[in-house]
Amino acid sequence: MATAGISAVAPPVSGTEPPAPSPTSGVGEPPPSGTGLAHPSRLRVLARWEIALFATFVAVFVVGRVLSPEFLTSYNFLSMGLSNGELAIMAVPMMLIVVTGEIDLSVSSTLCLASCLLGFLWVHGWPMPAIIVVVLICGAFLGAFNGFLVTRVGLPSIAVTIGTMLLYAGIGEMLLGSNIVSNFPAAYTNLGIYSVPGIGLSYSTVIFFGLALISGVILHFTPFGRSLFAMGANQEAAIFSGIRVKRTKTILYIFSGIVCSGTGILYTFRLSSAEYNNGQGLVLSVVAIVLLGGVSIFGGTGSMVGVVFAVLIYSGLLDALLLTGFPQQASGIVIGGLLLLSVLVPSVPEFRSRLRAGRHRLWGQPPETAIAHNGSVAQPRLTGDSSSKVGQGGQPI
Amino acid sequence: MSSPDTALVQATGSPQRLVDMVFRLREYGIIVVLIVFIAVTTSIQPRFLHQQNIMFVLLNATIYALLALGETMVVVSRQMDLSVGSVLGLSAYVSSNLFGQVHGIPIPVVFLAGIGIGLVCGVVNGAITAFARVPGLVVTLATLYIIRGIDFSIVGGGEVVASSLPAHFTAIGSDSLDGIPYVTMVVAVVIVAGAYFLRSFRSGRELYAIGSNPDAARLVGIPIARRVFTAYVASGAIAGLAGVIWATYYGLVDSTAGTGYELTVVTAVVVGGVAIFGGSGSAVGAAFGALLLSAIATALYVLGVSPFWDPAFDGLLLVLAITLDRGIAVRLAEVMRKRTFRHEP
Repeated sequence: MATAGISAVAPPVSGTEPPAPSPTSGVGEPPPSGTGLAHPSRLRVLARWEIALFATFVAVFVVGRVLSPEFLTSYNFLSMGLSNGELAIMAVPMMLIVVTGEIDLSVSSTLCLASCLLGFLWVHGWPMPAIIVVVLICGAFLGAFNGFLVTRVGLPSIAVTIGTMLLYAGIGEMLLGSNIVSNFPAAYTNLGIYSVPGIGLSYSTVIFFGLALISGVILHFTPFGRSLFAMGANQEAAIFSGIRVKRTKTILYIFSGIVCSGTGILYTFRLSSAEYNNGQGLVLSVVAIVLLGGVSIFGGTGSMVGVVFAVLIYSGLLDALLLTGFPQQASGIVIGGLLLLSVLVPSVPEFRSRLRAGRHRLWGQPPETAIAHNGSVAQPRLTGDSSSKVGQGGQPI
Repeated sequence: MSSPDTALVQATGSPQRLVDMVFRLREYGIIVVLIVFIAVTTSIQPRFLHQQNIMFVLLNATIYALLALGETMVVVSRQMDLSVGSVLGLSAYVSSNLFGQVHGIPIPVVFLAGIGIGLVCGVVNGAITAFARVPGLVVTLATLYIIRGIDFSIVGGGEVVASSLPAHFTAIGSDSLDGIPYVTMVVAVVIVAGAYFLRSFRSGRELYAIGSNPDAARLVGIPIARRVFTAYVASGAIAGLAGVIWATYYGLVDSTAGTGYELTVVTAVVVGGVAIFGGSGSAVGAAFGALLLSAIATALYVLGVSPFWDPAFDGLLLVLAITLDRGIAVRLAEVMRKRTFRHEP
C-alpha cells in the first residue's frame, strides 16, 4: 500500500452513487463541483445503461423467438442454463471484485482445481459429502491466498491472479494428470443435468439467481456493499474514511474461491467427468460478461442488475445463434462485438466533445493541470477524466 | 502505489542512478536465474544440454519471445494486449493458406501478408484504445473474441497441413546452425532492435513515461494517444509475424492456433521484469522470461517429471517474480526517501 505519501487526498466518495461506465471528459468544461464523482447526469447515464441492456435482452429474446420456434421453450431454458450456468455463477464474485478495482483471473482455474480435487478424492474412496466440504474449504484457501498476495503483500491483482491461474490449474493437473474420473454416482450427476423439481431451471441457474439476488442486495443496500464502490472509486479516500479495504478485499477473494470451487463441483457433475482441462478458458468469458454488464474495469461503478442482464443476453444470444445454425465457434464475433459496443457507446459523448475541441485534442492532450510549486506533479483535478482515474486506481489500463 | 516508477519521475541525481542500477539488476537477475536453472537441471540430467533439446527450447521460446516484444511495448505504457493469440492464429492460417490459393507465391510475400494482417488488427486495437479512450484491456479482450471468431469463420473445420506448404517455408522453422535455429537468430535481432528502440529512442522512452505516470506524461507534452496507438500497431504487426513463424514451425494450422497464448505471453513479460502497471522493464528481459518458461517446460520433460506440472511451475514463478519485484520496490522507495531527505536543505 503506502499510497498516501504520493497521491493527494481526494474527497471521500462513500455514499455517492456509482458514476456511469465511462465518465465524461473534463476537456473544455469546468470541473464539476463537490466530490466530482456524484454527478446527476451520470446517474441518468447509468440508468440508461441498464435500460439499454434490458432493451438488448428483449431484442435478443424476440429475435431468438422469431428465428426459432424452439427458443422460448422450457427445455431450451433448461439447456441454456446448463450450458451457461457456471459462467453466470462465477460472474457474481467477479463482479464484486471488479467493483473494488481489482480482478480475479483465477476463477476458472479454481473451478478446475476443485473439479480435479473432487475426482482425486473420489478415486481415493472418500464419501461424497466429505469431498464436497473439503473442496469448498480448499476453494476458500485458494481465494485467501489470492487475497493475501493482493492485499497484504500489495501485489497488482491482475498479475497475481494470472500467476495463480496457472498455479491452481497446474495443481489440478498434478492431482489427476491425464486421468479422467467419471464414475460418479447418478444421484450427484443428476444434479448437474436435471432441472430443479417444480421450477424447470437447472440447479446452476437457480443458484446463480439466488446468489445474484443476495449479493445484489448486499452490494447496493448495505454499508458493506457501498464500501466496495468507495474503495473502487478511490482507494485512499476509502482508507481515510475508515473502510477496512484490505480485509474487505480478502473476504471477497475468499468468497470468490468458495463460489468458484462450488461451481467446479457443479461443472464436474454436469459433465460427470473430472479432468485437468475442465473450465479452461472460461475466465475471459466471465470478465466479458461482467464488463458487458456495465461494470467499469477501473472499479467503482456497476450494478448487479446490469450483470444479470448481461448474463441473460450472453446466454440468449449464444443459444439463438446455435439454434439458427450459426457456426458456434464464430459466435465470438458477436460476443466480442457486444463487449466492444458496451465500452464504446458510453464514450461517444466524450469523443464528440473532443472532436469539437479540435484535432490536436484527439491526438494528444492539452496541458490542463498545473505544476505544483515544489516541482512535483499536481494531482489532476477530479474531473472524472479516465486518465486521471488510471493514476489513482493503479490499474494497468 | 508508491512504486519506484512513480518515484522515478521525481527522482533526480544519485537516486536516479540507484534506480537505473536496480532495474538493470532485475534484468540481469532473470539471466542469472536462467543460468542457475540450466546448471541445476544439467547436473541432474546432462541430456538437457543435448543439441536437440537446446533447439527445442529455443524454437519454443522464439514465438513467445517475439510476442513478448510487442507485449512489452504495450505493457510499459500501462496498457495490455490480450488479442495477440488470436492475431497469431488468424495470421498463421491466412498466410500459410496463401500457398494453396496462389500457386508459386514467393515466401517473403507470405510473410508480408501475415505482418499486414497483424498490422490491421493492431490498428483496430490501437485506434479504439487511444482515440475512444477505452481501457486497452477491455478492447483487446473484445478483439480476442472477434478476431478468433473471424478466424473460425474463415477456417471452418479446415486446416493447412505441412504437405501443402513448400519445403523452403517449413524449413524456416526447423533449419539450424549447430542447434541454434536460424529463425531464432533473426527473432533475436528483431528483439534487440525493439529493445534498442524502447531504450534509446525518444518515442520509446515516451512509452515508459506514459506508463510510469500518465498525468506527468501529458504535462510534458507527450502525445499519449499517438504513442499508445503506435505500441498497439507494433504489437499487432509482431503478432502477425509470429503467426507466420508459427506456421513454419508447426506446419499444421487449424482454427485453434495460438489459443491461450495471450496469458502465457503476459506471464513471460512479467517474469522478465516488466512491471504490469507499466513504466519499467525491457524487451530483452521479457525475451529471457519467455526463454525461462520454455526451458522449464523442456527441463520437466527431460527430468521425467509429468508435463502436467508445467503450468504450476510457471504460476509459482510468476508469483515469486512479482513478490520479489515488490520487495525490491519497497526497499528502493525507502532508500530513496532517505536520500531525498538528505539532499534537501
